Amino acid sequence: MRYLTARKRAEGRGAAHHGAEHHWAMTVSSVGLALIVPLWLYIFGSALGGTREEVLATFARPFPAIVTALLLVVGLRHFAMGATTMIEDYARGTTRKMLIIGVVALSWAIAATGLFALVRIAL
Amino acid sequence: MAAPKRVERPLSPFMIGPYYRPQLTSMTSILTRITGNGLIVGALLSVWWLLAAATSDDYFAVANAVATSWFGDLVFTLSLWAVWYHYLAGIRHLIFDAGKGLDIPTAEKLGWACIIGSVVLTVITILLVQ
Repeated sequence: MRYLTARKRAEGRGAAHHGAEHHWAMTVSSVGLALIVPLWLYIFGSALGGTREEVLATFARPFPAIVTALLLVVGLRHFAMGATTMIEDYARGTTRKMLIIGVVALSWAIAATGLFALVRIAL
Repeated sequence: MAAPKRVERPLSPFMIGPYYRPQLTSMTSILTRITGNGLIVGALLSVWWLLAAATSDDYFAVANAVATSWFGDLVFTLSLWAVWYHYLAGIRHLIFDAGKGLDIPTAEKLGWACIIGSVVLTVITILLVQ
């Protein structure tokens, strides 16, 4: 009989060879997004289809601007980490590395672009 | 010194088909991944639209025409369903992580809850914001 815990035996066995922190970060961000997403869907859905003046007025208000900023940061980090897990499952070697770098860079680029637009509208 | 032996491990998804019969629980799990990753399309379109709104009238006219065209409607409607599906499946994930609902009848009910719930929430959201 080996005196090892189930966790100790499982460590390092996954496709990425680590991941408890990753899993916990996804859990935390998912609960955050569970609050942010419905609010943002209402804000964005109501703004979409309006004139530019109406859109600017919406996102210049503090609450819609803060919710959108939260979605951009929390949502795109959640996306980048989830997409990384998918890539780790389906690709390996140099392809895996390049895809992970690409998806992380794309996520930051979208978040930065959205935050820039938001700052320009709200401030 | 012995050279380390290279083990050719199979790459996912090798299970589905030859070894593993598709079933509600596994298909709704895979759909969680598909919807989550697919949401990048809606993110790109909505951030581009917001950037255009922040930039100028001319740029907004272009981006808004795309965002409110049949293509934009298609992307945003599918994204809306995808976000609600991923939302409900994420809650299911939290329930499973807590060690609850893992028996087959409950797990299958939760799968149906994700599928039906996501469609219902999509319709409610569209009615609410139109």
